Formats: sequence, C-alpha cells, structure tokens
Amino acid sequence: MLTIKNLQAKVEEKDILKGLSLDVKPGEIHAIMGPNGAGKSTLGNVLSGREGYTVTGGEVLFNGKNILELDAEERAREGLFLAFQYPVEIPGVSNLEFLKASMDAIRLHRGEEAMDSMTFLKLAREKCKAVNLDQNFLKRGVNEGFSGGEKKRNEILQMMMLEPKLCILDETDSGLDIDALQVVAEGVNSQRSPDRSFIIVTHYQRLLDYIVPDFVHVLADGKIVKSGGKELALELEEKGYSWIENGEA
Amino acid sequence: MSQEVEKYIKSEYEAGFVTDIDAETLPPGLNEDVVRFISNKKGEPEWLLEWRLKAFRIWQEMEEPQWAHVHYPEIDFQAISYFSAPKSMEDKPQSLDEVDPELLRTYEKLGIPLHEQAVLAGVANVAVDIIFDSVSVATTFREKLAESGVIFMPISEAVHKHPELIKKYLGSVVPQKDNYYSALNCAVFSDGSFVYIPKGVRCPMELSTYFRINEQNTGQFERTLIIADEGSHVSYLEGCTAPMRDENQLHAAVVELVVLDDAEIKYSTVQNWYPGDSEGKGGIYNFVTKRAVAHTNAKISWTQVETGSAITWKYPSVILKGDNAIGEFYSVALTNNYQQADTGTKMIHLGKNTKSTIISKGISAGKSQNAYRGLVRMNPSAQGARNFTQCDSLLIGDKCGAHTFPYIESKHPSAVIEHEATTSTVSDDQMFLCQQRGIDPEKAVSMIVNGFCKEVFKELPMEFAVEAGKLLEVSLEGSVG
Repeated sequence: MLTIKNLQAKVEEKDILKGLSLDVKPGEIHAIMGPNGAGKSTLGNVLSGREGYTVTGGEVLFNGKNILELDAEERAREGLFLAFQYPVEIPGVSNLEFLKASMDAIRLHRGEEAMDSMTFLKLAREKCKAVNLDQNFLKRGVNEGFSGGEKKRNEILQMMMLEPKLCILDETDSGLDIDALQVVAEGVNSQRSPDRSFIIVTHYQRLLDYIVPDFVHVLADGKIVKSGGKELALELEEKGYSWIENGEA
Repeated sequence: MSQEVEKYIKSEYEAGFVTDIDAETLPPGLNEDVVRFISNKKGEPEWLLEWRLKAFRIWQEMEEPQWAHVHYPEIDFQAISYFSAPKSMEDKPQSLDEVDPELLRTYEKLGIPLHEQAVLAGVANVAVDIIFDSVSVATTFREKLAESGVIFMPISEAVHKHPELIKKYLGSVVPQKDNYYSALNCAVFSDGSFVYIPKGVRCPMELSTYFRINEQNTGQFERTLIIADEGSHVSYLEGCTAPMRDENQLHAAVVELVVLDDAEIKYSTVQNWYPGDSEGKGGIYNFVTKRAVAHTNAKISWTQVETGSAITWKYPSVILKGDNAIGEFYSVALTNNYQQADTGTKMIHLGKNTKSTIISKGISAGKSQNAYRGLVRMNPSAQGARNFTQCDSLLIGDKCGAHTFPYIESKHPSAVIEHEATTSTVSDDQMFLCQQRGIDPEKAVSMIVNGFCKEVFKELPMEFAVEAGKLLEVSLEGSVG
C-alpha cells in the first residue's frame, strides 16, 4: 500500500523529517506517536502534498506509484485521505456542495460516472447519521460555525463518503471529549477493511483504546526510533516520551 | 501556487467576437450638430432636441469627476463616435423574421433567447429588448405583454408612442445636470428600454435588456426608464458584452426607476463588458448613473454582478421618498488582472420608517483595485429610518487591493444605522482542504468565491444566478498562480 524510504523533508529551511521509513500493508492500522515537534503533522502534510513542505530526499510509493511527483489533488484522487487536526471553514460553500465536488473529481479520476444527485443525497444522509451529525449540517457551510467535535466528525463523514485507500488521521483526537472520541473511533472502525489502511497520528494513547492498531511507531526528531505492537502505546503512556528520547530503551 | 495551475491560466473572454456587419457610424467628434443629428435620426419632437441641447451645454461647463479610486488616461471625447447603427436597421424591421440574420446569430452565440417559440417551449420566461450599439434591434413578447397593459419597447419608440410618460418622467430621477456622465448621456443617448407597468399589475414575465457594443471607437449611451405605477410589480434584468479590442471604449448609461406607491421593482444586472486583456490593454470604461425613487410603501431592489469592464464607476441608488419605502442593494464586484472598480450605492432616506439594506461583496484578484463607496443619509424628515450595511472584501493573491469608503450622515436622532465590514483572503488552508479532497485549484477558488457571494446570488432570478456563478468562474481564470 504505502512504502516510505528514508524520507527527508524541510519546512522553511528547517529540516523536520530526517530519514523516515515506514511500510504499511493493505488493511493495517499504524499508530504514530511522539512528542511535540517530532514531525508527526509534517508527515501527513508531506504525504498529502501540501505546499510549503519540501522533500529533500527519499521516496514514497503509494500502490507502486511515486506520489511525490503528484499534485495534492492528484494524490487525493489516487485514494490518499488526510483528516485534519484543525479543519478550516469555507463560508457559504455547503457541505453537500463540497462533498459532491470532491466525489465527482475522485470518481472521474477512477473512470466512474458522477453519482446522481438522489443517490448521493441518500448516501450523505446515511453517513451523517453514522457520525451522529444532524442532517442540517449538510446544508451548512463547510465547518462554518461548527464546534471542535463537529468539525472532527465532519472529517470522518468526508472520509466515509470518499472511501479512500489510505487514511491519515492527524491528531484527530485532540480537543475531543470522550463521547466525540467514541463517535470518531466508531467511524474509523466501521471503515476498516482488508484493502484500506490507516495511519493514526496521535499524541496520546487514549484514542488507541478505541481504535486498536496493528503497529505502534515512535517518531522522535524526524525519525522512527522505535516500533512495536499495540502494547508499546501503553508503555509510552506510562513512561513518557523521554524514556525513548533519552535513549534508555 | 504550483506551476501546474498556471497551465489553466489563459482565460478567454467568450463574448469577445466581432459581428461583421454594415453599419452607419458617425465620424468621431462631439458638438451640437452631433446632438442634432442623433435627435433627427430618431425623428424626435422639438422639446426633446432642446432638452438634449440644454444637457450638452451643461456638460460643456462641467468637469470630469476625479474623486473615484480609479486611474486612467484622460478621455478624448472628440475621438469617440456617438452614433452607430447596423444599416439593415434603417428600414425598421417589423418582426424578428425581418431582422438581419447576422445580427440574430450574434445573440444566438451569446446565448440570448430571442425566438419566442423557443422561449415559450420553456427555455426561459423572459421578454428581451436587444440594443446593438446605438439602436434597439428587437423586442420580444410585446403583444403578450400588451395584453396586461405592460409597455416594453425601445425608448426611441416610446418618445413617439407615449410622449406624455416620457415628458413627465425622463430626467425626473437623474436630471441633466446631475453629473458629468449623466449630462453627456442626456445629450447623446441613442436608445435603451422603456417599461411601464400599469396600476396593480404584476408583470407576467421577466423583462430583460441585452446591451452589446460592436463597432470600434464607438461609445454606447443608453437610457433606461422604468415606471412602476401604484401597486405594480416587475422584475427586470440587464446583461452587457462587447468585443475584445485594444482600445478603451466608453459606456455611459443612465437608468431611472420610478416606483410609485405600493409598487416594487427588482432590477438585476450581470455586467460582463470586455475587461481588457491580462496586461490591462483595452476594455470598457463603464461610467453609469442608476437611480430610483421609491414612493410610499414602495420597494426597490438593485442586484448587480459586476465582472467586466476595465473601469467600473457605478452607484445604483435609491431615494426613499415616501414613508415606509424599502431600498435594497446587493452587489458582487469582481476585479482581476488590471481591472478597477469603484462601485457601491446611495440610500437617501427622506420618508418616515424607511428601510435600506446594503450587502456588498468585493473580490479582488490579480493586480486589480476594488473599492466600495457608499452613502447612507438620514434626512431630518426620516424619523425611525433604518439602514443595515454589510461590506465584505475577499482578496486573492497579494498584488490586488480592496478599499471601503462608507459615508454616513444622520440628521434624525431616531434613525438607526448599522455598518459591518470584513476583509478576508482565500487562504492556503482552504485551498489545501479542497485539493486534499481531490478538487483542482481553479475549481476550489471558484467554489470559495461563489460561497462568499452566496447572499447576493440568492437575490438573483434563477437563470441569472447560474449564469453569474459561471461568469465568476470564467472571470477568475488565471487568478490562481
């Protein structure tokens, strides 16, 4: 699914990723944890092709394709989805309109016809229900006036609609209360399938109580310094990141 | 923004073609003889010629206004031709079948519904008056409208058929001496639309005028007069385009609306005059005076989508003369490349409990300058009057400018005036969210801009709202880069 080899990237002349390697197979869930400033969010941004992040070395293959050569929208159409840590508002553009434009673009890329409006609307309502958002949210501007929790649920709604191959969740749990956290986790779990993979970037272990990962990696100073199973997360919770950073492990 | 995007740039102004047609065009220049020529050409009565000459003399004494936030080389009014008409129009065709097919094809290419058959088949419920350079080419559905007493015809014809209405109302809202360009218009106006809606009549269809400048070096000076008699209602639309030419062309129109007691006029404009090329060469100078008088309980709603013209200088205004009158102004003004716009409204409250609403959305891209200029005046008689103004600017890129010049004068202690203003940009975060969801950058910008304009678009008649959205998309092409 995704192979990252020795990835190096910088932001505004500052090296952030310093040789990161990761291999994600279909159906797997990988959690990436690490202290602030380790490069967790940078990883998601680099993979999804955000402007301002410069790749200085290494390679990223997504289903065999070198995606570093593609524009952000092309990567998205290939099936790479990023759930944002801070979803931005787009006033006046309804959620429904936004989702339709997004789905149309992705389906066109796959060589499929645009979904007819009725089927689309029905699907959108169904997914709305699944993430516990009132249907009125479909008519409202994208994230316009949404609470923090509603914004995150909206991200999951988009993910469900677009059915990506690889989902990167960038600290989706930050700022969520326990109820919202459960809704988000249920949403993700319902999307688990043998041909869909997840990279879950998080600072805290608690999200992993609900979304159980196959692998946990610790990112520190731009590199993966330790990898293990789900128990690694618990160990981190207990000992803190300094345990790894100080090279005691 | 990525280089990928620059590939999408080069936008084409779709209405930029020239119709190859034999025209009778006056040589450039302006003097009393030109005024007499135009008046004579229309077979006007003596009083109207005198009215024009008076305006011309006033104009000669006036100076070009300098206060607008726009810059352009001095206009040589002697280098402009003040009259041009297709030769085939000389023998005044009686129906569409007799109109030069080349002219009809022009409108077909522009997507304007002229054939009543097609319209009746449900394409759109709109009657159209089409003005080509200095003359009206055709007006559709006149018979059908006449059944309900609605008069919809070229103003040059109304001068002959309804002299009492013309004499009473022409210049009653925008007098000859009002301003430099309106004085010029009074002197040399050639054609335009005339509408009269009788007492208590709700006009059975949308009325529309489509303005087209075709000839080179020609100015267009049209004049529109709409009278809504007591308790009547009409929705009127206007559209404008011109060919792409390297030199600037002048368009100085006057629109007067008279809205009598309990009547309502909804006036919508989609202005898409040629804006000039991406280097700022060519384009229309759009210097327009639009004003309405609202009598007791009357309502006027101006909605405008301004995407064209090299320079726009335009302030559709409402004089709220009668008690409880309502004035509304909804505007989207988009400038790209080197376009300049100085546009807004004036709401003059005279009557008691009069209300006005101003929603202005300015979008600047490229190296353009976009200014909102508005006046809200509460006169000493305007007891209990209210105004709400919202003025939003959206910037795309970092080489453009947005300016707001609100003037507020309140002379009655009970008047309430609210003013809100915001300035925002199309942010990188918004762009990235769209791209990360597979939407290409051009589409993303147009979606974000359309969202920004939503409050105004919802005021447009439906067919126009769709057209306006598309127009924004085209006008924005190349703004991401």
